[in-house]
Amino acid sequence: MHSFGYRANALLTFSLTILAFMCAISSLSDSLNSPSPSAQVQVLNINWFKKQPKGNDEISVTLNISADLQSLFTWNTKQVFVFLAAEYDTPKNSLNQISLWDGIIPSKEHAKFLIHTSNKYRFIDQGTNLRGKEFNLTLHWHVMPKTGKMLADKIVMPGYQLPREYRR
Amino acid sequence: MGWISDTVESVKSIKFREASTQLITLGLVVTSALVIWKGLMCITGTKSPVVVVLSESMEPGFQRGDILFLHMNNDPIRAGDIVVINIDGRDIPIVHRVIKVHERQDTQETYYLTKGDNNDMDDRVLYNHGQDWLEKKHIMGKAAGFLPYAGWATLIMSQKPIVKYILAGAFGLLVLISKE
Repeated sequence: MHSFGYRANALLTFSLTILAFMCAISSLSDSLNSPSPSAQVQVLNINWFKKQPKGNDEISVTLNISADLQSLFTWNTKQVFVFLAAEYDTPKNSLNQISLWDGIIPSKEHAKFLIHTSNKYRFIDQGTNLRGKEFNLTLHWHVMPKTGKMLADKIVMPGYQLPREYRR
Repeated sequence: MGWISDTVESVKSIKFREASTQLITLGLVVTSALVIWKGLMCITGTKSPVVVVLSESMEPGFQRGDILFLHMNNDPIRAGDIVVINIDGRDIPIVHRVIKVHERQDTQETYYLTKGDNNDMDDRVLYNHGQDWLEKKHIMGKAAGFLPYAGWATLIMSQKPIVKYILAGAFGLLVLISKE
């Protein structure tokens, strides 16, 4: 009854229970945080705008992204994955989401940033609907915890319009 | 005729009741593990509720040996979600992030493009030749929760199968010989 094996077993079970409990509590504590992030995005330049030989519209843009995501960080935050997506609908597609830029924020000190960049991923439509297209730029973030539930949210910035003609 | 009664005696001396109790205990352990796994499948709605991260393509978010909890419901999959995908003709599922989504107006069919956070290129190089998009059928689940390091045992077992057999044997033996 009081052999070494039983004591080791009891100790292991107890410590694992405590560990699981602490993981659950720290994940729950994330929901007490009510963040107030902010973001602004400007489309500085249309670098070029063309119809691909395959028939899809493609555009290259230069963006100015500034955001303050410091309030997303808690003690259980490992990193924040942030990305900017162009979102629009077309007669054929009810939703198009195209990631234009993304980044990994490793710590709170890096969570307030200003970035000047051209689109990291290609902005290609499924079809030829981009001329004069109105679209939303949405800044999404996914909070990756040290342990527990992953959280995500976004800021939608409406009211951007693409040029009416192709450009070289 | 002495040897018959000897045999009867020796058969009688085997403790059937104890042996069967131990067999039932072993059966209980195995079936309760199965019940928990199948129960998780029902709750989460995916065929593999728990996966172990096998590659470095999502570093520094997920490292090798971390555990992901998946779920699958009717909520649509959108850009930014981390999904587990199964490409036709490949055994090993991939854990990557969705970066592009196109949803058809009429058929509600949806096309996805994925990429690993730590990879330079998107996943078209991993897809089959000529395949540009993933569809709903390729997606096994959406990552909802995360537990670090907990999958290392599985990782070691899948790399060195001998460890698995030794462990399973030792465990079975322990259950059978333990007297409670």
